[in-house]
Amino acid sequence: MAKSALLKSSLAKKYWMAFTGLFLCLFLVGHLFGNLQLLIPVGEGARDQFNEYALFMTTNPAVKVLSYLTYLSIIFHAIDGILLTINNRKARPQGYVSFKPSTNSMWSSRNMGILGTVILAFIIVHMAMFWGQMKFGGLDDTIYTTANGEQVEDLYTLTIKTFQDAQYGLLWAIAYAVAMIAIAFHLSHGFSSGFQSLGINHPKYNGFIRKFGLAFAILIPLAFAVIPFYIHFVLEKI
Amino acid sequence: MNLTLKIWRQKNADTKGKAVTYQVADISPDMSFLEMMDVLNEQLIEKGDEPVAFDHDCREGICGSCNLQINGEPHGPDRGVTTCQLHMRKFKDGDTIVIEPFRAKAFPVIKDLVVDRSAFDRIQQAGGYISVNTSGNTQDANSIPIEKDHADMSFYAATCIGCGACVAACKNASAMLFTAAKVSQFSLLPQGEVEADRRVLQMVEQMDKEGFGNCTNTGACEIECPKGISLENIARMNREYLKASVK
Repeated sequence: MAKSALLKSSLAKKYWMAFTGLFLCLFLVGHLFGNLQLLIPVGEGARDQFNEYALFMTTNPAVKVLSYLTYLSIIFHAIDGILLTINNRKARPQGYVSFKPSTNSMWSSRNMGILGTVILAFIIVHMAMFWGQMKFGGLDDTIYTTANGEQVEDLYTLTIKTFQDAQYGLLWAIAYAVAMIAIAFHLSHGFSSGFQSLGINHPKYNGFIRKFGLAFAILIPLAFAVIPFYIHFVLEKI
Repeated sequence: MNLTLKIWRQKNADTKGKAVTYQVADISPDMSFLEMMDVLNEQLIEKGDEPVAFDHDCREGICGSCNLQINGEPHGPDRGVTTCQLHMRKFKDGDTIVIEPFRAKAFPVIKDLVVDRSAFDRIQQAGGYISVNTSGNTQDANSIPIEKDHADMSFYAATCIGCGACVAACKNASAMLFTAAKVSQFSLLPQGEVEADRRVLQMVEQMDKEGFGNCTNTGACEIECPKGISLENIARMNREYLKASVK
């Protein structure tokens, strides 16, 4: 019983959801620190630093292990979410004539699936635009040598140009912000919910977990969302 | 008070039901919700119509029988009460009240507003007990020292009356709050600790078998529970299950 209990049971699905979700929260923090380098004033220094960082992130063996864990987590989190949603729909084949869930629960907690779908669509577009370009040779003709003598692909220029584009730059920034809002709502429930699913619930710490989760859900996506607007409106044009 | 009632009528488990509208007049605000239902049924019987079938027993909030979904909420708009403890003063003259059975695949409708909640019994039977020697030399329960906090938490969990409001309120029709309360009430005490691992594994397995949904931690169950059973119990069940399954 113990084996299937950790794979197939309803609680197991929740553990994996929580575990992968909380791991992805850590990933967000790491990703944000990388992105903040885009705020550095335009110049060879900024371009070199960001591109060298991108090279390190795609070649360092330890980071590679972490990134494969991240991909696995995203895939697992999404598949698990779909399985849970299907299961949950089946549990109430005949709906209510009148159902008022807003009287007893938060909107975000009831719409994690929809929010997750928006986020997944964002991740796919996001990776195709930036990560995919780098990984599958779209940036091969932009390779140059930095001041430190490193051969790098120019992901920096691609990123800055995307958001500074006269025609679509602002639209991309707005689309990015919409995705960040979805992440914010997803995290506003998901962060503390992850702890509850793993059994971490104690009157002494619940308040802290909830407040920290809420602050995390607001501040991290906000910091992400500020960057493309900063690039579009404030950063010197390249 | 004069009220319009939209009540789910369904002949039996095999037929399709529908919401039927009824009018009731001169309802006293001091009546309980079930007394208002009695007035309606007397009216229907006098007219020669089939009275509305609904579950009820003690009518004092301890048996967990009167499970009605009222205006989209289990046991109606009031908090911490069962349907029999809900007073008509919570409604206004001229209101329309929608009355439905608790909805879940695991709670099939028997007739009108009556559902079969024997799924809860089977979860309980799967492990919600302690095995004690009752052969004549039973030990006095008070001879075992129990930490006050644990005794209190176990008692709070044991106040669950198994009404099914948690399932009805949950967007996923999940029975986690019920199962967690039954797991907790035993595992918090030394008498129940002995079988804690087997209990939690078997009860969760049965809960899944019955076709209840999963927990999204929305907290709706805790809000709608007439006994205020806390989500802490679900976390405890999650902990115990994790511990038991890695052993």
